[in-house]
This record gives sequence, structure tokens and C-alpha cells, in this order.
Amino acid sequence: MSKGVVWKANLTALLLSASVISAEADGVKIGYIDPLSGPFGSTGDAGLKHFRYAANEINAAGGMGGMQVEVIGFDNKLNPKESLVQLQKAIDQGVRFVVQGNGSSAANALTDAIAKHNKRNPGEEVLFLNYAAVDPALTNKKCNYWHFRFDAHVDMKMAGLTDWLQNQKDIKTAYILAQDYSFGRAFTDAAKSMITEKRPDMKIVGAELHPIGRVKDFTPYVQKMMSAKADVVLTGNWGTDMTLLVKAANASGHQVPYLTFYGGGLGAPTAMGQSAVGLVKQITEFHENIEASDEQMARVDDFEEVNNLDYYYERVFTLMNMLDKAIDGVGSVDVPKIAATLEGMTYETPYGEVTMRADDHQLIQPLYISTFSEGVERDVENTGFGFETDIAIPAAATELPTTCKMRRPS
Amino acid sequence: METVVFALLNGLIYGLLLFMLSSGLTLIFSMMGVLNFAHASFYMLGAYFAFTLGQHTGFWFALFLAPICVGAAGACVERWGLRKVHARGHVAELLFTFGLAYVIEELVKIIWGKFAVAYEIPPELNFSLFKLFGSQYPAYRIFMLVVSIAMLAGLWYLLKRTRIGLIIQASLTHPNMVAHLGHNVPRIFMLVFAAGCALAGLAGVIGGNYLVTEPSMAFSIGPIVFVVVVVGGMGSLEGAFIASLLIGFLQTFAISIDSSFAEIFSFAGLSADGDVGRITIASLAPMLPFILLVLMLMLRPRGLMGEREF
Repeated sequence: MSKGVVWKANLTALLLSASVISAEADGVKIGYIDPLSGPFGSTGDAGLKHFRYAANEINAAGGMGGMQVEVIGFDNKLNPKESLVQLQKAIDQGVRFVVQGNGSSAANALTDAIAKHNKRNPGEEVLFLNYAAVDPALTNKKCNYWHFRFDAHVDMKMAGLTDWLQNQKDIKTAYILAQDYSFGRAFTDAAKSMITEKRPDMKIVGAELHPIGRVKDFTPYVQKMMSAKADVVLTGNWGTDMTLLVKAANASGHQVPYLTFYGGGLGAPTAMGQSAVGLVKQITEFHENIEASDEQMARVDDFEEVNNLDYYYERVFTLMNMLDKAIDGVGSVDVPKIAATLEGMTYETPYGEVTMRADDHQLIQPLYISTFSEGVERDVENTGFGFETDIAIPAAATELPTTCKMRRPS
Repeated sequence: METVVFALLNGLIYGLLLFMLSSGLTLIFSMMGVLNFAHASFYMLGAYFAFTLGQHTGFWFALFLAPICVGAAGACVERWGLRKVHARGHVAELLFTFGLAYVIEELVKIIWGKFAVAYEIPPELNFSLFKLFGSQYPAYRIFMLVVSIAMLAGLWYLLKRTRIGLIIQASLTHPNMVAHLGHNVPRIFMLVFAAGCALAGLAGVIGGNYLVTEPSMAFSIGPIVFVVVVVGGMGSLEGAFIASLLIGFLQTFAISIDSSFAEIFSFAGLSADGDVGRITIASLAPMLPFILLVLMLMLRPRGLMGEREF
């Protein structure tokens, strides 16, 4: 053996042992796989800031099971294929907990890949904690033991919105606009079937899917809604697609209620302004004007001061604290045990008790329908406007049956 | 009726914005014989310059200053970049502009960040000008229309009615002859390149706040500008004009058509539940320019008004 080969072999051994040590020793690594560049980059960045803030809070209180938490960002460019590349990168860096939310198409790819990885690598399981991908299939047809969802899915939110519609007898026509991918299609299907069921007298005058992140001017779409004489618009748009839609609706003076999932999302309130007051509604687990303890309000204020960003994802804190609770209980990063602990876990959030339903790993939490209003106590994005609760839906009322047949590892 | 009027107006504005971009590109093509891949990047620079300058000088000064800065950047690129590469032939030039597009995008990301910047419509123009069929029409769109038409008229006058226009036209087709007559042809090329970039910059200034100012804006509009140039005929300004409006109308009209393949091809027995029958014309809108490109290259490779074959 020549000298060079020995040297190289030693170096490889050294590097290998170093990577093994780093994977074992530095506590809980959470891989955040979401868009961190491109049209949806700012949305992904906002989510990452919530996770980092929650991690700092937990670390200050002693970490998860005594271990420090680190959140590492991976840019998937909102692309399912790129998500898998980033997943592999994350696993190689010792990440055992993957969090993702933007884009159900990416979530669908991740849940499959993680199930496969866990089957092939017993002892190195990875947990998928989903904070925002709301395609119902993820906890129904495609449910998977290693996936836990902390956001209410499309059908649950749509049930809330259509319940509201049921009492608005002067609304006679509806227009549905969503992004053209798994989530948008699920949104459109849910809207169509629930409106037909709850308001058989109502007419759906248009249902449109537009390419995600590619439309820069929504004016033609808004004008189409206006000429279709829609009394209400239901939209699942988020990120820039939401911002640009309200911008165009604003410019064209489209004065009808907009029922949204993400009307309060980053950037949208700034684009809405005065003309959206009383019209844009959202269904969420959080907005700033829900009654809560002083402690929670102090956290919201501190978050906004530190990050110069609106507090938006309460569910990120729910996710991190439930994971904290599970790891504290288990005492180590034993992923199968942690998953078993999370199943059926209840947790007291500042806005009420939530349960991780064991049947399908869907979090059951209280939801709120709120309207963009003037003269509220706490505003959003320094606009002077904020959201005000119309209806608070208790957790139990949001529950829907699941078709999931969970296969648990033996 | 109202659908047609709105689609016409919006299509016209989008088409003119495309023309502002493609006019520079097509001029540069006639001059160098090479497509400038970085052209849309100058459009992006225009928007970012206007955003930054606008914070200090206000929108109105930025409207003039930003295109001048972009033009100056373009002149530098031509003088110290392209001119050197030119000697190595077309492939080198093509690769140079291709690389430049990525360099500019990365620079923009470093300087202004990865996300969209808050480049807003100036408050003086942020009101609705008139009401049409119950829908308000924003003043800014009419302003864009006015700027585009003014630019179109200016460009036409410069090229067709002035001495410098005469020399530019001559050096595009007969550079050696013009050089023998004592004109500095490389300098004319540099001027044309700079002017083309400045036009793209102007499109960025008025398009950046109408659409979105973000690092991916160059790559999202770039391919469509190429389609315009190819469909219009390489090197033909008139062709680029017609193709810009054509694509503008095509895209906005397509969005307003709701019929699906099942309805159009019902005689062929296509069902509305099938994968093909489900497709609506509206959902095809983003693809239409590229279908047009492919068809044009198959049926009439020199484009609508072009003189050269590909």
C-alpha cells in the first residue's frame, strides 16, 4: 500500500467518524423544507422565522428532552422533485424531523419518500411534521404513519366557510378560483360539492384553476368574475398569488365577499387596504384579535419585534411544543417512540385544547372565521386594519370522518 | 361585449409592454446576428433601479434616470464584454449573454434579496380613471399605454426620419460600407445595444410595479420575448410590433374563454370527464405563445415580417 492510499484511507475514516459523531451529539435537528427563493420565497421565509423563534423559546427553556433544537432551512423551490433532493440532503445532515407546509404537491412527494426511507432504514426513521399542506388525501387516502398534520385540511376549512354561506341567503352565485395543482383541485372539488350540498339554490358561475405562481396580473380573472356576476368568490390562493389577486380585485373595484384560506397571509393585507374592509374573510386557527392570555400576547409582540414580521402561524408553535412534549416524554431521539407518543396526544394551546387524532394523524383544533376590518385592537402589517372574529368553531365541530386505514409498524 | 372590451384593453397594454422589450432585442439581433439571452435581465435591472432610485428621487425622476442607468450598463457590457467575444463568433456571443443573464440574476439576489421588493405604483397614479361596465379602470394602466405609445412614436421617428436613424439602418445591413464612409461602426453598435437595453429598462420601470419586481421576473418574461421576436421575424421591428400585440391579445382573450375541449370537440365524442376533455382554453393561456412559436417555425420559419431564415 502506497503512502497516498493510507493517508486517504485515514482521512476517510476520520471524516466518517466525525459525521457519525455530529449526527449523534448535537441534539434535535429539524429540517425545514420549503421554498426559500422564487415567487413563494418570502412565504417560506416567514414560516422559517416562526420555527426558529419557537426553537429559541424551547432552547431557552432547556431544549427538547434536554437537547438543543436546531432548525435548518432547505430550499425546495416549491418543486416536488427538488423537495426529494433536499430531503436526502437533510437526512445526510442528521435531520430526523422534517417540517414542511407550502405546497401539497411537495408534501405528497415527501410523505411517500419518507415512508419508503423508514421502511428501508429501520433505526433511522424520519418523522414528517406538516404545518400547512392541506390536501385532504394526506390524512385520508394517502395517510402514512410517519406523517402528522398540524393544520386543518381543505375539507375541514371548506366546511366552516360553507356553513357561513348557508346563512347568507342574499348570496346567490359563487365563483371559485384556485391554483392548478393538487391543493387547488382539492379546494375546487370541496367547494363545489359542499356548496351544492348546503345551498342547492346557489349557482356556481365559474370554477377556474390558474397556473401557480405564474400569473402576474389577475385583472382578466377578476373581470371574468365581474362579468359572471359572482356574489361571492372562494379562493384557495396563497403567497404572491393571493397578494396579486387582491391587488387586481382592488384596482378593478370588485366589491364582493372573498372567502379565503389565506387572506391574512404575508403581503395580502398590505395589498388589500380600505376597499377590502368587510369583504375579505379567512378561516384560520389564529388571528391577532382572538382573546388570549397576556403571556401569549407578549409572545406575539416579541416575535413581531424580533422578526419585523407579523405573527401568523400559531400552528408552528403548536407543532414545536407538541414535539417538545413527546421528546420530553421519551427522553431521546427515538423516532418510532416519539411517533407513538404524538398519536392521540392532547395539548393546551393559548387558544384551546387540541388533539392529534390517532386514526389519521390529523390535528383537531378550534378554527375561526374572521373578517378584514377597521378599528380593531391589533392590526396586521401596520395597515391599521386587522381581522375580527365572526364565528369561533370549537375543535370538535371541525372534525370530519377519515377514510385512513393506518398501518402501524409492528 | 364587456369581455371583449376588457380583453382588448388589457391585451393592448400587455402587448405594448412586450413590444418595448422585444424592440430592443430585435434591433440587437439585426446588429449582432445573435439573440441576447440577457435582454430580459436588463428589463429586471430597470425595475430594480427604479425601485432604488425612486426611494430617493421619487417615481418621476426614476422614470427617466433608471432607463439611462440601464442603458449605461448595457453600453459597458457591449464595450468591454461582447465586443471582445464578438471576434470568436456567434456561439461565444450566445454563451456570453447566457452567462450574463445568470450573473445579473445572482447579483440582483445579493443586492436586493431573494424576494419581491415593495416597488409600488406612485400614489399620484393610484386611482381609477373611469368606470367601464361596472368595473374600475386604473389610471396607471392608461399611463403605461401613453408611455408605450410615446416610446413607439419616438423610436419610429428616430429610425425613419433622422440622420442617425439612417446611419443605424445602414450599418445594420452594410457595416463595411458605412465604415468606409467614415462612421465609427463599433460605436454605433454600442449605441444601439445601449438604446435597446434602455428600452428594456423602461419596460422594467413601468412594468415592475404593474406586475411584480422579483429576481425571477427576467426568467419569467424572457421566453415570451423570444417568442415575440421569432414570430415577428428576426430583426424586424414591424414584425415585433405585430407579434407583441398578437400575443398580448391571444393571452388575455384565452383567459376569458371558458369552453373546454369537451365542448369544442363534442362532435368527436370527447367526454367532459376525460383527461383531455377537462382542459379549458383558459388553462391553456400560458402555453399559447409557445404553441404559436412552434407552429411559426414549422410553417413560416422566417416569421411574419422577417427577411432571414433560421
